Amino acid sequence: MAKRRNIELMVGAFVALGLVALFFLAMRVSNLSLSASGEGYLLQARFANVGSLRVRAPVTMAGVRIGRVESIRFDKHTYEAVVSMRIDPAVDSIPDDTFANIFTAGLLGEQYIGLEPGGSPEVLRDGDEIVNTQSALVLEQMIGQFLFKKAGESG
Amino acid sequence: MLEAVARLGRGVLDALERLGRAHLLLLAILLGLGEVLRRPRLLIDQLFNIGVLSLSIVGVSGLFVGMVLGLQGYYVLSQFGAAESLGVMVAASLVRELGPVVTALLVAGRAGSALTAEIGLMKATEQLAALEMMAVDPVHRLLVPRFLGGVLAMPLLAAIFSAVGVLGGYFVGVGLLGVDEGAYWSQMQARIDFTADLANGVVKSLVFGLVVTWIALFQGYDTIPTAEGVSRSTTRTVVHSALVVLGLDFVLTALMFGD
Amino acid sequence: MDEAQPLRVDEAPGPDVLVEIRGLCFRRGERVIFEDLDLDIRRGMVTAVMGPSGTGKTTLLQLITGQLHPEAGTIRVAGEDVGRLGRDGLYRLRRRMGMLFQSGALLTDLSVFDNVAYPLREHTKLSDSLVRKLVLLKLEAVGLRGARDLMPNELSGGMARRVALARAIALDPMMVLYDEPFTGQDPISMGMLMALIRQLNDASGLTSILVSHDVRETARIADHLYLIFEGRVVAQGTPDALANDRSPWVRQFLDGLPDGPVRFHYPAPPLAEDLFGGRG
Repeated sequence: MAKRRNIELMVGAFVALGLVALFFLAMRVSNLSLSASGEGYLLQARFANVGSLRVRAPVTMAGVRIGRVESIRFDKHTYEAVVSMRIDPAVDSIPDDTFANIFTAGLLGEQYIGLEPGGSPEVLRDGDEIVNTQSALVLEQMIGQFLFKKAGESG
Repeated sequence: MLEAVARLGRGVLDALERLGRAHLLLLAILLGLGEVLRRPRLLIDQLFNIGVLSLSIVGVSGLFVGMVLGLQGYYVLSQFGAAESLGVMVAASLVRELGPVVTALLVAGRAGSALTAEIGLMKATEQLAALEMMAVDPVHRLLVPRFLGGVLAMPLLAAIFSAVGVLGGYFVGVGLLGVDEGAYWSQMQARIDFTADLANGVVKSLVFGLVVTWIALFQGYDTIPTAEGVSRSTTRTVVHSALVVLGLDFVLTALMFGD
Repeated sequence: MDEAQPLRVDEAPGPDVLVEIRGLCFRRGERVIFEDLDLDIRRGMVTAVMGPSGTGKTTLLQLITGQLHPEAGTIRVAGEDVGRLGRDGLYRLRRRMGMLFQSGALLTDLSVFDNVAYPLREHTKLSDSLVRKLVLLKLEAVGLRGARDLMPNELSGGMARRVALARAIALDPMMVLYDEPFTGQDPISMGMLMALIRQLNDASGLTSILVSHDVRETARIADHLYLIFEGRVVAQGTPDALANDRSPWVRQFLDGLPDGPVRFHYPAPPLAEDLFGGRG
């Protein structure tokens, strides 16, 4: 029954190869190695304009990703965007006077939230709000300001 | 004029009948799935026939597709100075679309047509009738193991296709064209999501596996039992599989990747 | 010109009738295959059903085994109404029948030994050694014990049929059905097969149903003949009785006459009209 054993061997190898490929794709290609969503604590921040910030955009500090945007709501009373961020539980020392800015990655890049730490001894906990925020830079507004400034100079 | 209408009507009725028979066969196969667990050897044989024997064509095609993606992607992205995103582009294209779809088309051509020919030939040489006469249900004994083999083999083959393709893109992009190695992998890992991209790709290839194997088995089982009939059924397997896979791909993509 | 008279079976079937067919009607699309057919197959005898090609002889076998359902009429096999049996009942009945297909229909990926062992392994829980002995005995009965390790594609047509016969009797059925067993065989293979059919029938008290249009061979081994034409039985009896039957249809068929009730010329307009009148 050598042929029989051969077939079983090759089928086993095939299945193993397929599983290895799936594993490779999961670990090396997708973002599975980073902590699964659901872990971590929530922080909130309000922005006048979130630009093209999307859910699941990264939240970074010193350029290192420490969390993701969980949800973006519109507050109809204050006309602000309310962003919820899920932060890695290991990062538990964010001072409560930290600045939350919306930056753009690269030239065409998507927008993300960059946190710049303040100096306060108090740290933010689950459910707290980051008070100091800076909205996204909108291209049309910048052009408008630029033209306005130029007009002011020459006038 | 009336003739043409009558013929059209007959054609429609025939097509409906065949659609009905195909679904009845699928039902019979699904009901018989439990049986195959009593005879695992049959399943293993079919995993070999469908999976192992398709490895070479899937692997080589995956490699070339990945390499072409690397090449084309580089040309386009470097025009925007975004060559570092090559990894994302190659991986996203493969995992979401090309992996499941191209693998399904390749398997339909290689394994699907072989299945149809095998079953069709058994019908033409009265082997199916002989089994029936020996009180052995050919659906349970022949079709169910092949069906399960196809459904299980497809996502494995698609994963191999995508994995080899990503490596092919790496070889061309990083190795030949000088894209930064770190950027290739890190951008990919940041942007390819496990559930949204990979899991959806696996679901797609499971669906394609079901459909391709079903079509192949039905065409064989339903074939006209002559040499010409079998040959035509084999062709039909490949054509129908291709159309259904591409059509389903659109539907699944819209469902999975839309907002 | 005499019309072929359909024959009815008037007597009630005796206890030695294994297959009883009454009033069978079957149609394929628009073509009527059988119309009000009556047939009795007696136990222990070789009964042959004969007729020109296309009269539905294979269809008759398929109706007896339950692969097809009659539109009207009953088919009783060993007392059970085949038309009423469910899947399980049919499978149980088929285990007591063996069928020899026209092409043998051996499973191409199994060896000769495994083909004959197939029904034993499927339907019995006999040990491997017992199965092996039975298979060898069956192969010995058809003279192919030495070929047991060959694959079907290595067999000649005649050998394949003999293996198929061994497979058909593997479970010691109560009856064996032969679908055109002599078609396309050389005289020696035909002789072997004829001897086997007769021997098996007599040695094990089998009932054999033979469907064929090879008159000479069939007449030599059959105990009882049925001639079917246009969906009905037109003659029946022992080969000797039919040899002396004077009706034109029986004579044309049994003697192989080119013209008679079955016309030589396919219906067409008169020759003169075709050649000289009208276009091309």
